Amino acid sequence: MELKFKRKNKTLIIQISGEIDHHTAAELRRQTESALEQMGGRNIIFGFQEVTFMDSSGIGVMIGRYKQIQSLGGRIAIACPNEKIEEIIRLSGLSRLLPSFPTLNEAIAYAEGRESDAV
Amino acid sequence: MQFDNEARVFFSAKSENESFARLFAAGFLTQLDPTISELTDVKTAVSEAVTNAIIHGYENKTGIVELFCGYVGKHIYIEVADKGKGIENVEQAREPLYTSKPEMERSGMGFTIMETFMENVRIESIVGEGTRIFMEKTLAKE
Repeated sequence: MELKFKRKNKTLIIQISGEIDHHTAAELRRQTESALEQMGGRNIIFGFQEVTFMDSSGIGVMIGRYKQIQSLGGRIAIACPNEKIEEIIRLSGLSRLLPSFPTLNEAIAYAEGRESDAV
Repeated sequence: MQFDNEARVFFSAKSENESFARLFAAGFLTQLDPTISELTDVKTAVSEAVTNAIIHGYENKTGIVELFCGYVGKHIYIEVADKGKGIENVEQAREPLYTSKPEMERSGMGFTIMETFMENVRIESIVGEGTRIFMEKTLAKE
């Protein structure tokens, strides 16, 4: 699994490539927390365009980050998940808390919309 | 049961082996010419079962996980077993969002995902002796 981090306004964009399972989830959690600390940000977008596999360990990481981001008053979203990953998110009942979008731009718009709502 | 073909592998209960287990199952079942979606279903279910064995069965301590794959026609059989601590309350473990390890950010969706992506999931568990998960799925005929 490889991660690329980018900050856009108050949103931290994390582009993930490879597989997310219990083994790689620990690294995803560690690097995301470290990036939030160093790069800042109130919202998180997980870019799933290059994620080839995810099991429920990925959901665990997302829930953890959702709680973290919620405490900052921010939003979290998933961009470009494949059908199976979307099904796993739907099964977990988290579609409302962790909405997914077909494009990165739509996910960014969602995250930034929350900020404009808050103003 | 007499299988048309079968394979069994034993490996250390290490998280690094989760991807190996998925690839083993997928590689073996490729002989049946499954769709990508069917293969992903099996890989996801295997990943959940193996992760359960490592985290809950052995609690991240030393142990051996067994993975069996077999098929009769287009009907596949998968078993994942450990000789770990066992599950005290299997019905509770199967409930969506139930996790005995919330501190580890576990989602509690493992069995729900196995049951959704496979057609039949059975759990045999004895406290102090271990757990064996049986999963079945019929692949679409061409």
